[in-house]
Amino acid sequence: MMILSGDQPRSRVLTLVLVVIILALAATPFLFPGAKALNVAAKICVFAALVASYDLLLGYTGSVSFAHTMFYGIGSYAIAIALYGMGPNWAAVATGIVVGLPLAALLALAIGLFSLRVAAIFFAMITLAVASAFQVLASQLSWLTGGEDGRSFQLPELLRPGTVLISKNLFGFEVNGRILTFYLVFAVSALMILALLRVVNSPFGRVLQAIRENRFRAEALGFRTVFHLTYANCIAALVAASAGILNALWLRYAGPDTSLSFSIMLDILLMVVIGGMGTIYGAIIGATIFILAQNYLQSLMGIASTAASEAGLPLLPGLLHPDRWLLWLGLLFIASVYFFPTGVVGRLRNPAGNKSAGNSH
Amino acid sequence: MTDLAATDPLPKPKRDLAPILLPVALALAMIPLIGSPSTWLTLTAASLAMGMMIFIMASGLTLVFGLMDVLNFGHGAFIAVGAYVATLVLAPFAASIQADSLWMNLAVLAPAALLSMAVSGALGLVVERVLILPVYGQHLKQILMTTGGLIVAEQTLYALWGPQIIPMPLPASLRGSFIIGDVAIAKYRVLATLIGLAVFIAIQLVLNRTKLGLLIRAGVENREMVEALGYRIRRLFLGVFMTGSALAGLGGVMWALYREQVHASMSDELTVLIFVVVIIGGLGSIGGCFIGAILVAMVANYGGFLVPKLALVSNILLMVAILMWRPRGLYAVTSR
Repeated sequence: MMILSGDQPRSRVLTLVLVVIILALAATPFLFPGAKALNVAAKICVFAALVASYDLLLGYTGSVSFAHTMFYGIGSYAIAIALYGMGPNWAAVATGIVVGLPLAALLALAIGLFSLRVAAIFFAMITLAVASAFQVLASQLSWLTGGEDGRSFQLPELLRPGTVLISKNLFGFEVNGRILTFYLVFAVSALMILALLRVVNSPFGRVLQAIRENRFRAEALGFRTVFHLTYANCIAALVAASAGILNALWLRYAGPDTSLSFSIMLDILLMVVIGGMGTIYGAIIGATIFILAQNYLQSLMGIASTAASEAGLPLLPGLLHPDRWLLWLGLLFIASVYFFPTGVVGRLRNPAGNKSAGNSH
Repeated sequence: MTDLAATDPLPKPKRDLAPILLPVALALAMIPLIGSPSTWLTLTAASLAMGMMIFIMASGLTLVFGLMDVLNFGHGAFIAVGAYVATLVLAPFAASIQADSLWMNLAVLAPAALLSMAVSGALGLVVERVLILPVYGQHLKQILMTTGGLIVAEQTLYALWGPQIIPMPLPASLRGSFIIGDVAIAKYRVLATLIGLAVFIAIQLVLNRTKLGLLIRAGVENREMVEALGYRIRRLFLGVFMTGSALAGLGGVMWALYREQVHASMSDELTVLIFVVVIIGGLGSIGGCFIGAILVAMVANYGGFLVPKLALVSNILLMVAILMWRPRGLYAVTSR
C-alpha cells in the first residue's frame, strides 16, 4: 500500500482496531451526537498527530525530549495571537502558520545543534530546562500571550458553528462550520501521520533507527548523526506546531493549560509508551486509549471516591479523587515501561510476548 | 623519559583554576553595575545561601550519574518528600519554633531535618531497587521510569497532604538580619551557607581522604576496573544513591524554610534548576556542581536585581554560555 509507505500494521487485530478507530473518528459528527463526543474525537485526532511526531524522536531516534509541548504551544499561540490581533480572517490564519511553523523549526534547529552534539542524556535535560523557561516566558509576557488567561479568539466566518453549509437533509443531519472544522482537523492530522510514516520508512528513517541502536556504529558508517538527529528534531517540531495550530483552531483558545503545561508533556509520554514506541501506529492507539480514559474514566473515579468516603474508608477517597488520576497513570506508566516496553502495538504484533523484540537498547 | 627519584613527589595533575575564578570574577564585575556596595554585599550573601541549598540538593544527582551512569529524573521527588516530612515534626512543635531561643528552635529543627533525611534516604533505597535496578544500563527506560516515579511521588504527596500550600514559618531566632553598617544579611542565609559549606567539606573529605571515597572516585572514572578488582560496586552505588536522596531531603527542608512554604510542585521547579547546575558543573563532578550552584544563584540574584525580566531565562543563557566554553561542563570527570 503506497499510502502507508509499505509499513503495514502487520497484525490482523491491530489492523481491525485501527480501522475501527479511524472510521469511528470520521463518523463521530453523525454517530455520536453532542459537543463532548466531537471534542473528544477532535482531541484524539490532534494528539494522535502530536504523539506520532514525538514517536519519531523517542521511538525512532531514542532521544527523550521534554520540549515537545513547547513546539505545540508555539503553534497554538502563533495562530491564537494572529487571530486575536488581526481579527477573524484567513490572512490571520495564514500569518499564524507562516510565523509559527518556521519559529518552531528554528528553535528546534538551535536546540538540536546545541545539545545533540554532546551526550544524548544532555538532550533530555536541556530540553527540560528550555521548555520550562519558555513556559515562564509565555506566562510573563502577558501583553502578547494573555498570561495565565491565554487568548480566546474568533474563527473566520466559514469555520464558525453558526455557519450552516448543508441544512438538514433527508438524513436529518446538519453540516455546519463546526463540523467542517472537525474534518479539517481530522484530515490534516491524518496527512501528518501518513507523512511521518513516509519519513520513518525512508532511508532517512532507517538511519535514525541505526543511530538509536548504535550511534557510534552509525557514525562509523559515515552518517553525520548530528545532522540526522537535528533534522528529525525539526520535523517533529514542525508536526507538533501544526498539531498546536489545529488544537487552537478547534478550541478557539490558546493558554498555558491547554497547550504548554508540563502535564501535557507527561500525557504525550504516556501515550507513546502505552501505544508502543517506534511504531507510529502506536500513537493512534495510545492517544485513543488515553483520551477516552481521561474523559470517561475520571468520572468513574469520582463515583468510586464518593463511595469510598461514604463507606468511611481511610485514605482511599483521597487516592481515588478524580484530581489524583495522574497517580494511577504514573503507576500504569511505570508498569508499562517495565512489563510492556513495546506497548499495545508491540504486543499485538508479537503476542508471544518476546521481550527482546524491538527492545534492544 | 625522565626517571623519577624515590624522593620526588608524585606528578600531580594540573589544577584547573579557571572555573573556580569564574564566580569570583562574576561577583567582582557586578560591583560597578549594581553601584551600592551594601546592596552588592546583600545580594552576594543571598546568592551564596541559595547556591549552597541548590548544591546540597544537586550533589547526590551528579554523583549518582557519575558513578553509575544513572540519570534520575525523579530526584526532585526526594526534595519535596523531605520538606513534607519536616512538617510532621515542625507542626506539632510550633510553640517551641516560635520561642525566641536559638537552642529550643534548633532542638526541633535538627530532629526534623534528620527525620527528613532518613525518610528520603529510605525512599531512595526503594526507588533504586524498584525503579532503577530493573532498567539498569538503559538510558531511555531510566528516564521514563524515574519520570513516572516523580509523577507517582508528587501525586501521593497531594493525596496524603492535600493540594494546598502548607506554610512553614522560620523559627523566631532565625528571622531578621544581621546588620553590619548598612549591610543587612538575613540570619537564615548565614545558617544555610554554613550548612552548605559543611556538607561540601564533608563530601570532599570523604571523597578525597577515605578508602570509600577512593573507590567512589575510581568508580566514576572506570567502573569495570573497580569491579574487576573485586569490589561490589552495586552496593557502593546503592549507598551513594541513598546518601544523595537523603541530602536532597535535607535540601528540601532548607528550601522550604527559605520560602517559608511547602508544596509538591516545588519538586518540578527545583528539578530544572538542579539539572542546569549539574550540566554546568559537568556530570559527576562535585566541585563543578558546587561552582555551578553558586553561579546559577548569582545569575538569579544579580539578574533579578538588574534586569528582572531577564531573570526568567537567565539560567538558560548561563548554561548556553558555559557549554559554549566547555561543552561537557566546567569539570569533565567522566569519559562519557
